[in-house]
Amino acid sequence: MTATATEQDQTIVEFDVRTDEMLINMGPQHPSTHGVLRLVLRTDGEIVAEVIPHIGYLHRCAEKIGENLLPIQFIPYTDRMDYLAAMNMNLGYALAVEKLCGQQVPEKAQVIRVLACELNRIASHLVGMGAYGLDLGSFSPFLYAFREREMILDLFEELCGARLTYSYITIGGVHDDLPPGWLERCQAFLDYLKPRIDEYHTLLTNNHIFVQRTAGIGVLSRELALSYACSGPMLRASLNREAGDPEWDLRKLEPYCGYDSYEFRAVVPPFPEAPAGVVIGDCWHRFYVRMLEVVESIKIVEQGLKRYRTASGSHRIEPPRHLPAGEVYLETECPRGALGFYIVGAPGKQAVPLRVRAKSSCFCNLSVVGELCKGCLLADVPAIVGSIDLVMGEIDR
Amino acid sequence: MGWLEDRLEESVLTTTLERAINWARESSLWPMTFGLACCAIEMMATGAPRYDIDRFGAGAFRATPRQADLMIVAGTVNFKMADRVRRLYNQMPDPKFVIAMGACTCGGGPYYKYGYNVVKGVDLVVPVDVYVPGCPPRPEALLEGLLRVQDKVRAMKNLTRGQPLELPVPKRTGQVLLPPELSDADPVKALEKQNAWAAQNKEQAKPTKA
Amino acid sequence: MNASEIVAMLESRFGTRLLDRQLTAPDPFVVVGATHLVEVMRFLRDEPSLRFELLHDISGVDYLEPDPKKAATAGFTPHLEVVYHLQSFTHRHRFTVKVLLPRWRDDQPGSLPELPSLTGLWGSANWHEREVFDLLGIVFVGHPDLRRILLAEDWVGHPLRKDYEFPLEYHGIRAR
Repeated sequence: MTATATEQDQTIVEFDVRTDEMLINMGPQHPSTHGVLRLVLRTDGEIVAEVIPHIGYLHRCAEKIGENLLPIQFIPYTDRMDYLAAMNMNLGYALAVEKLCGQQVPEKAQVIRVLACELNRIASHLVGMGAYGLDLGSFSPFLYAFREREMILDLFEELCGARLTYSYITIGGVHDDLPPGWLERCQAFLDYLKPRIDEYHTLLTNNHIFVQRTAGIGVLSRELALSYACSGPMLRASLNREAGDPEWDLRKLEPYCGYDSYEFRAVVPPFPEAPAGVVIGDCWHRFYVRMLEVVESIKIVEQGLKRYRTASGSHRIEPPRHLPAGEVYLETECPRGALGFYIVGAPGKQAVPLRVRAKSSCFCNLSVVGELCKGCLLADVPAIVGSIDLVMGEIDR
Repeated sequence: MGWLEDRLEESVLTTTLERAINWARESSLWPMTFGLACCAIEMMATGAPRYDIDRFGAGAFRATPRQADLMIVAGTVNFKMADRVRRLYNQMPDPKFVIAMGACTCGGGPYYKYGYNVVKGVDLVVPVDVYVPGCPPRPEALLEGLLRVQDKVRAMKNLTRGQPLELPVPKRTGQVLLPPELSDADPVKALEKQNAWAAQNKEQAKPTKA
Repeated sequence: MNASEIVAMLESRFGTRLLDRQLTAPDPFVVVGATHLVEVMRFLRDEPSLRFELLHDISGVDYLEPDPKKAATAGFTPHLEVVYHLQSFTHRHRFTVKVLLPRWRDDQPGSLPELPSLTGLWGSANWHEREVFDLLGIVFVGHPDLRRILLAEDWVGHPLRKDYEFPLEYHGIRAR
């Protein structure tokens, strides 16, 4: 076995020391807001020859914890994995356990689940968009995004009392029913948000500097994306509707929670309004796909609000006491990609699963950054890493 | 210094150099961006428009530890990350303060029991001045933590460094106001009254097993 | 194509090299041996009517009951499983392939079991295999860079194994 690399002597183990190349460490603490990701760059001046991501600085042993707790006790830990889209994480785990036990939740619970998840998708994309602007040096979109996000967090606080880690969607439905007046407040918020999206387009999408920094940078081809199992907006930005690619959105392909009855479209390039110089699969397209998904989520929430008034059933049914033996793998569409939960139930009447495995979307999305950054400039590295929209809690679990 | 103030015109203040320097320090505590996990998002929300931290002077988040004097450890600290936390703390110049934000930094948080890779409280790695509990703590809680650090700074003696020997007690102690049949000036008698009430109402106050 | 058609294609091509098949589970799977894993996977990826371009996940599962009193009624013999979840982009179908491994190679505690690596077929296998090595201690032969990914490089032990003992301290920091 070779000696392990220490921080000071990285060069001895892994690379030849050449006089014209530098090793730069974008260490686990850096001004970018994505969390604790360490990138080791091998650069020839400004041109990056190789990027090696190091993860694991937030590994919080979620899978070991899942083997020791009841499914309903594990829901708060799923929150903290992708903390920006906690409702979607809760939903993925709850659906996997319900599929294993063969439970069907009533219609009202499904409608509330869709409302919560789509609002959280809007909040998550707003943070991703604001943080991306912050990475590239523009501070204002971040503040605008957080202003809107605070309103969504107010709505969530009325639902479940928490601003960030909700644990609201549980096995068997949702924890509580909607409080009175929530539907009107949600509709008022959506009416407020719709004209604001154009502000973001003026600030970032059509901004001359932003386009120059993201157009043609980090182009991800469809074959590379499939080989690395990228999913979500990262994969969709590399597809081309006119070339016959399918609309790869799990809400459309394998609908859950009644998504097949809502009218919305999966956002796939090409876009006629794209500025000159952008290429399908570059950072700009990944960013724009997320912006358009916010609009689609607003549509879904409006349909959900109408549907709630006539939904039947209760908001929650009793969760099962024991998990049957067997295993199940279920993928749902998170704001960042396809989140999969693989749950193995132990034989005998066990309440605790044998194995809980969370396949995180960002894990696969990040693994392709080594290929994307070959030959780019040093300033393009935060542009590329920011366009992947990472949350380290999900990568490291 | 009252006699001096009476002899000068208005809009002239007199104070000690120590108070002036402490006031300058506490009103411009620049934090280091050290967001690790979910608490980082609440720290960003504290910097965002609604719970603006900049009105307390702490809005200039510095990326480098060399220019920061407050380290808000926001998020779970791992064993893999602990070396880096200590290293960054050592790189900060004196006087430096640490806020442990969130349950994970206060004592391991929800990962206490089965987290093999989680440090059970960041005070095992760096000395902490203020603990802000919560999972994640609300932005208002983090602002309260910042205010407590400002209290500490205000009480600092010895101009160049030195931590306060006596911590000021905040006016709001957080004690619950109990009705007269449950409270008493003598703490022993108060405890007896409370236990008698609990036994009378058959309250099962057994601690849960770890 | 549904699961039974996929399994029929595999059986007609590989026959006895498929060790087991399970069609009635919510996620149908086949079990292959470690020696034939790469050719089965290559067939699944390249065959035009199958075309499994997406390797979503490689999971390792440790089937062991750590409590010796309950081991007799556990319902399984101690072993490790590596589960591959595949999906096709062109045909949209899903499939699962499993490999069963002993917990220690040649039953010697301390020597890790081995499995061929799939990094030549799918790019996503690279990091997933590193994670399975890190947390469960399965060595993937032929992996270009097999080192720990989530835990520190000098960590001892593989935590997701059921008989893992939590460490007492690490680099001087109390751990329990």
